[in-house]
Amino acid sequence: MAIRIRKKRLSRSTGGDLVIFFFLALGAAFMAMPMVYTISQAFKPLNELWLYPPQFFVRNPTLNNFNDLLVLMGQSWVPITRYLFNSLFIVIVGMLGNVITGSLAAYALSKHVFPGRKLINEVIVLSLMFTPTVTAIPNYLTISTLGWVNTYWSVIVPQWQWTLGLYLMRNFITAMVHDSLLEAARIDGASEFRIYAQIVMPLVKPAWLTLIILVFQNLWRETGSMFIYAEELKTLPYALGQVAAGGIARAGVSAAITLVMMSVPIIVFIFNQSKIVETMGTSGMGGE
Amino acid sequence: MSSVVSRKQVIRPGLEGKESLWTRMKKNKVSYVFVGPFILLFTVFTVVPVLLSIVLSFTYFNMLEFPTWIGWTNYIRLFLADEVFLIAVKNTLLFAVITGPVSYLMCFLFAWFINELQPKVRAFMTLLFYAPSISGNVYVVWTWLFSGDTYGYINAHLMNLGIIDRPVQWLVDPTWMMPIVIVVSLWMSLGTTFLVFIAGLQGISQSLYEAGAIDGIKNRWQELWYLTLPAMKEYLMFGAIMSITGSFNAAGQIQALTGPTPTDYATWTVMQHLLDYGHVRYEMGYASAISVVLFLVMVGSQRLVQRMLQKVGS
Repeated sequence: MAIRIRKKRLSRSTGGDLVIFFFLALGAAFMAMPMVYTISQAFKPLNELWLYPPQFFVRNPTLNNFNDLLVLMGQSWVPITRYLFNSLFIVIVGMLGNVITGSLAAYALSKHVFPGRKLINEVIVLSLMFTPTVTAIPNYLTISTLGWVNTYWSVIVPQWQWTLGLYLMRNFITAMVHDSLLEAARIDGASEFRIYAQIVMPLVKPAWLTLIILVFQNLWRETGSMFIYAEELKTLPYALGQVAAGGIARAGVSAAITLVMMSVPIIVFIFNQSKIVETMGTSGMGGE
Repeated sequence: MSSVVSRKQVIRPGLEGKESLWTRMKKNKVSYVFVGPFILLFTVFTVVPVLLSIVLSFTYFNMLEFPTWIGWTNYIRLFLADEVFLIAVKNTLLFAVITGPVSYLMCFLFAWFINELQPKVRAFMTLLFYAPSISGNVYVVWTWLFSGDTYGYINAHLMNLGIIDRPVQWLVDPTWMMPIVIVVSLWMSLGTTFLVFIAGLQGISQSLYEAGAIDGIKNRWQELWYLTLPAMKEYLMFGAIMSITGSFNAAGQIQALTGPTPTDYATWTVMQHLLDYGHVRYEMGYASAISVVLFLVMVGSQRLVQRMLQKVGS
């Protein structure tokens, strides 16, 4: 597939553009399949959900699943808004912390020369390749020693040292921020914190907008099951999971939940992507 | 004040080598303030646990009793007495050698094509291509497509067309299991790397291309090789690490497709082996040894890719 596009690309003819567009459209249809399926499922009445053989598209769309979901959420012992608050708190504080600690360190590791920098950079790359599965036990011990079991912090603070985020920020700063710009700012007497906040961060906006999407997705799915057991501290995915686990008759509600849970990251994603395009349209900085 | 030096000096930091380490550290205290919060948390939640699990790989640890030191026994057992592990190694290598590079290329090509589109269309296309990553565990759609009975979507169609006369057991027959798992994994692979490539491509300034045109860049291919790829180097390295970890750590989607106990271990990967020992059998020492082996293989691959990427644009 790629080879055919390559040949057409060289000439940059209208025909070539059409071929690319055709393949992109084909790819997009293939990739969009799960999303279309999820939307379709959420509007299916119960008899269609259990139809065999299964059908991809909904035939008689209904809003019943969403109505049932609202009724069930209203019956929950802890108000559903509380779960929503818990989730939002974890997502927002975790996200802000991750972007701040990550970008601060990334700036220094990319643009400063100081003893230990090489070692830290090396350890960070290596740590990306270590499977987190086996580190779960020491982490549990640490969190319980700190007294963070059954608090938001058990989920939030480990996210603040998400290495992938730092690595992403560091690579973008290295590629997009010119040293000459930083030197000019220093000659003008700007402090390092000012340079970080007023020059570096605005320039690498696409980086932290992308990071926000990734962290949001991580934390939005968080059920907190390992550390949080108090009902009033549980998160929305946990609460909705409980609603969906109510048996076969809840299949419709469960499909509606999947759609609701998916739509939030998608909204964040669309908002973020439009911001990325906006920045790049106006700044014109960057490149090597 | 922190000493911030241009690129050339970064390569030869020997210029300041005369001062003692402590003086240099004091001079750069701002830098330590910047990295401090992250490094503190990183040490507590990543470095120490990783070092601990490397130590655990030399012990017998069942999570109930205190670990007992058994030296290299876990590693010897892995390579000499664990046949299933060797099958897992073979499968993982096959899986990683195909999905790693292909997903990497797909991420780049699609990002590159999409980047040429108008902003609104671009945002929409990005969303569509990223959809399998955003919608969580939707790969269950595939179990239904490849369902082994006559009602399975693909079976029903192939039988209608007369290509096959009896249903194929796609997810149970070892001939088909690995290819299907690879296709589904590739479908899921336009994730983080793809987003980073899109953001990276948009960060390359137009003036770079204008200057290139003056310097005699003739076609799209020269532009890609001499301008775009070198400007993307940092992101390419990021993507390489993501592809390596993604392909060597694969387990979740494979388990969802071919079940927790695949026929003849046809799709059993090292990561599944690790999860089996860590979460099912509670042999944490052995599981740690597996993770150390996996780690070494990934570091080796990363070094190899790093060397290859240095040739880009030359």
